[in-house]
Amino acid sequence: MLLRHTTAEEIDRKALTINPAKTCQPIGAMYAAFGIHGCLPHSHGSQGCCAYHRSALTRHFKEPIVASTSSFSEGSSVFGGSANLLQSIETIFSVYDPEVIAVHTTCLSETIGDDLTQIVSKADEDGKIPAGKKVIYCNTPSYVGSHITGYANQVAAMVKFFSTATPKKRNVVNLVAGWMEPSDMGEIKRLASVMEARTLMFPDMTGVLDTPLTGKYEMYPKGGCTTEQLKTTGDSKFTIGLGEYSTNTACIALENKCKVKFEMTDIPIGLKATDRFITALSRHANVPVPESITEERGRLIDLIADNQKYFYGKRVALFGDPDTLIPLCEFLVSMDMRPVYVVSGTPGKPFEERLKTILKDIPEAKFKGGELADMFRMHQWIKQEPVDLLIGNTYGKYIARDEDIPFVRYGFPIADRAGHNFFPKTGYVGATNLAIQILNVLFDHMDRTCAEEKFEFQL
Amino acid sequence: MSIILEERKNQVGRAGSSGEAIACGKASLAGSVSQRACVFCGSRVVLYPIADALHLIHGPIGCAAYTWDIRGSLSSGPELHRLSFSTDLREKDVIFGGAVKLSASLDELIELHHPKAAFVYSTCIVGVIGDDVEAVCKEMAAKKGIPVIPVQAPGFQGSKKDGYRIACESLFQLVGTQNRPTPKFSINILGDFNLAGELWILLEYYKRMGIYVNATITGDGRVDDICNAHNASLNVVQCSGSMMHLAKMMKEKYNVPFMRVSYFGIEDMSDALYEVANFFKSEELLNNARQIVKEELARLLPALAPYKEALTGKKAAIYVGGAFKAISLIKALRLIGIKTVIVGSQTGDKEDYQLIQQLCDEDTIIVDDSNPVELSAFVKEKKADLFIGGVKERPIAYKIGLGFCDHNHERKEALAGYEGMLNFAKEVYGTIMSPVWKFVR
Repeated sequence: MLLRHTTAEEIDRKALTINPAKTCQPIGAMYAAFGIHGCLPHSHGSQGCCAYHRSALTRHFKEPIVASTSSFSEGSSVFGGSANLLQSIETIFSVYDPEVIAVHTTCLSETIGDDLTQIVSKADEDGKIPAGKKVIYCNTPSYVGSHITGYANQVAAMVKFFSTATPKKRNVVNLVAGWMEPSDMGEIKRLASVMEARTLMFPDMTGVLDTPLTGKYEMYPKGGCTTEQLKTTGDSKFTIGLGEYSTNTACIALENKCKVKFEMTDIPIGLKATDRFITALSRHANVPVPESITEERGRLIDLIADNQKYFYGKRVALFGDPDTLIPLCEFLVSMDMRPVYVVSGTPGKPFEERLKTILKDIPEAKFKGGELADMFRMHQWIKQEPVDLLIGNTYGKYIARDEDIPFVRYGFPIADRAGHNFFPKTGYVGATNLAIQILNVLFDHMDRTCAEEKFEFQL
Repeated sequence: MSIILEERKNQVGRAGSSGEAIACGKASLAGSVSQRACVFCGSRVVLYPIADALHLIHGPIGCAAYTWDIRGSLSSGPELHRLSFSTDLREKDVIFGGAVKLSASLDELIELHHPKAAFVYSTCIVGVIGDDVEAVCKEMAAKKGIPVIPVQAPGFQGSKKDGYRIACESLFQLVGTQNRPTPKFSINILGDFNLAGELWILLEYYKRMGIYVNATITGDGRVDDICNAHNASLNVVQCSGSMMHLAKMMKEKYNVPFMRVSYFGIEDMSDALYEVANFFKSEELLNNARQIVKEELARLLPALAPYKEALTGKKAAIYVGGAFKAISLIKALRLIGIKTVIVGSQTGDKEDYQLIQQLCDEDTIIVDDSNPVELSAFVKEKKADLFIGGVKERPIAYKIGLGFCDHNHERKEALAGYEGMLNFAKEVYGTIMSPVWKFVR
């Protein structure tokens, strides 16, 4: 038993985090930066940060993850990292030639107080930024928020540096994508195109982190939101934010900067959240909902109906990111399942508030966000009273194995299974994928563990 | 767009051509897409496999999250090392100091797990905000009665290699603190991390030879063994980069001699056994070693033959952390008919690169601290069929339609020893000959 150290009895912890259900800001900023076409993310800090983020993203996406680093030394920590960043900008444009450099900070550069605004404008004055190219930046101190906060800050930087309001308004709805898979983004774009809604998604990792194998290494793949497109987001008639934690800052920034109004929705995971998204898109893009989408919805409901007795009453433990967990819990409740334990290391109020409403009919539910909301705690809860299903990233596999719990991988990182980059979990089709995945792990577990006389051909 | 940065030109060379030495040990140029990591990373990977110690990472959450069970260092007993412990420093801690939180965390953890020792890793900002980690450790050691060792590893203070050094110094604090008698023919194994159970293969060989293995540092490592490591007669050091410093310190203070070996490939593996036997000047040990080599080769060579036949003429590119490993790989590849056309490392030193230059064929590209742009250009120029590297290189190799073998943290099959050589040949064969490459384009 790998987790033999976990005790059922909850110890009183004031300081210690064990097996975190989050990671730090910079990796979120790096991920979001891949949603800009031709962008090289740049980590302003020690080499290790950049290497770790690249490795973690590589393990999850199985794609080349290329980012540069300021390679801080002892000297930078004393005299500041300004010289490193100036040198970096020069090196990057002369060798890697990206359209955009997206700089994010680290705990080190934040603590020593590097002023990115000043450094980047110095680079500009010194002619280190070639014409037509751009250096954008955001502050992502690792000791504030989580990877989700870093993602949100990078997306907000896209608005800050690109979005421009011109007198020419466009009949387009911005879709600000929260932290999800490229496959999830692709599905949302497909829905929009089926509805014939004119939308513009940013950031957009489709075609960047899910590229085909061609025999050629493309440092800047075809996909991603171009800088031209990002500029026009200021002329769009409306914005829909997908996921409060990861897109609220950007939506507010866009409204303040370019007077584009917005509506905040959940990432469309599950039946109700997809309903809300489709309704919002239909209203703001002023397009009807086509029959084909209604059919997709109907097929999802058909699947749930066929299997409702297997969903009914199942106790589920979940961990991950709030923007995902909120609609996910709602979906589980719609299917008559009982999300009883939910943790997210990402701090912030909406998580617990929303879950309070969603889980109001499940009095035994325990949920916690922010400091010390880690997987160790969730495991202790599970030991006190077991669950029938576990949903979370690959780090859940230890608990799943020790406690023999059916396990659906969802979130970041997934380092030990294939498929997250192919089968979306958004929209009705994604919800169908998810429901099927849940059912299949439950059935596999049943078949593997039931008594021989209860082992049946038909379920 | 030039492929090689002007500033990096002397870090790339070719075997045979001018005989000029490659510049190495340089800090990476700011802004380059370096494949290198940091001081913390170096110390963490070296100490990580000590399975009955507590590894607490003092800093914001990231450093703990990214090193949570990422290296398949197997343990035959406790698994405490595979959990992730962090002080998860927040903004208020950065402003007011994190020492109180560190102290409380250690207290809670040691109560919870009763480890044999604790390592406390200081990350980048701990140095900057000025927490007195040493004082906290000292106080906690006195309170709990176990060694609590500060690992001062702020990432920016150098490269991964400097982290190895710091880890060695931390280990050295344990060495010499316990005394148990050891038999005459006793060694410590340094620098094997028991990835995919490789250490266990080596232990078996040494056992058959009649050698007592006193401490394994750090693969499948235990605190008590390390404390008693100075009582071994010899340190056998693999992976030169990470553990030489400890061997040297032990030589100086405890007069334990050391030798460098490699366990990859037939030649190096056999040499390792012979050299250990020769060290003890024992005819019996030498005979036993000869017997092992004979038995193993009788099994291995026929099994390797079909792979060699199929792979002869194929070309490989190597980009690994330490250059010493690259040298073994060149030899092991040669044994199965594969020519190495590109060799690179993150942290090689001058002697390593000189040896590589001598070992490789004319015109082999040799490179220090490379990046994906360079590597993919070299691979194309040399028409390699196989890339041997680590996690970040894998998808790049695949994208250009090359076979790939992970010789780093993510190896899943043991590659050391004789059976490791067969695994290696199988893995290399499987990836080079995969039909998928025919569908590319």
